[in-house]
Amino acid sequence: MTAWRPPLPLVAAWLALIALLGLTVMLAYVPLHMFNAVVALAIGCLKAAIVAAVFMELRHRGRRTFIFAGAGLFWLGILLWLGLMDFLTRT
Amino acid sequence: MPEAKAFASQFVSSQHRDETAELGMWVFIATEVLLFGGLILGYFVYRHAYPAAFAAASRHTDIVIGAANTAILLTSSFLVACAVDAFSAETRKICVALLSGAIVLGLTFVVLKSIEYSDEYREHLIPGIDFNFDAALTNGAQLFFVFYFVATALHALHMLVGVALLAVLATLTYRLPSSRHRAALHSGALYWHFVDVVWIFLFALIYLPGRSS
Repeated sequence: MTAWRPPLPLVAAWLALIALLGLTVMLAYVPLHMFNAVVALAIGCLKAAIVAAVFMELRHRGRRTFIFAGAGLFWLGILLWLGLMDFLTRT
Repeated sequence: MPEAKAFASQFVSSQHRDETAELGMWVFIATEVLLFGGLILGYFVYRHAYPAAFAAASRHTDIVIGAANTAILLTSSFLVACAVDAFSAETRKICVALLSGAIVLGLTFVVLKSIEYSDEYREHLIPGIDFNFDAALTNGAQLFFVFYFVATALHALHMLVGVALLAVLATLTYRLPSSRHRAALHSGALYWHFVDVVWIFLFALIYLPGRSS
């Protein structure tokens, strides 16, 4: 049997993701009013960043891959920003 | 018989071919981001219009299955990332075992999702099929469940495509682990991780709101 061990960064990322899942479920039950949504989405973004950086190997990639990976986020930003502008700014 | 050239004539090397494949997958993922992005924009607009109904409807989703499925998907992503790392002629059996594990977890996710759907059918939570909810909140709750079913069904479809993709990649890896198949596995893994990321956000938007009230 050839020795192969899971690389440490992958194991660390997986444990961090599971821990963040536990944290976000726990915090969902703590009354923080409007901040519940902010906390849930912030933890979601952190989890997505870990998956992108470690599992999708973006941390080993150069500028060209960042541009391609960032393009989707950039367009998503335009969509959500202009789409929600009225709701975010109306008092 | 001369051996087939490892890369097509538009590439200068097999590395060039593999890098192009990876960038192509990122372009595809960008289109997918916008597909789910449009859905999520609609969710935010209606959540803003019906905050109380969205919180109440969210409380009717099954957070135990939702959280279990999130853990299952995160773990399957971990296994696929390990499979990419373990891809080589010497460790191809380990790589195939890791991919098989991810496939089993992917199918478990879909099975749990269908159990959840059938529970929601029994609880009259499917809009259009005898939908029954607190009368004051029924309009907003229907909008929530329309988003819920469209988004999760679209996501489940992506899961099934991903499972099929991983099965093909596991077969190719078992038979002949070549540099071309390494690139294919890498692209397939990117897709699988992306589907995982979509679920991370669907979980936060569908299952978590309204739990503290």
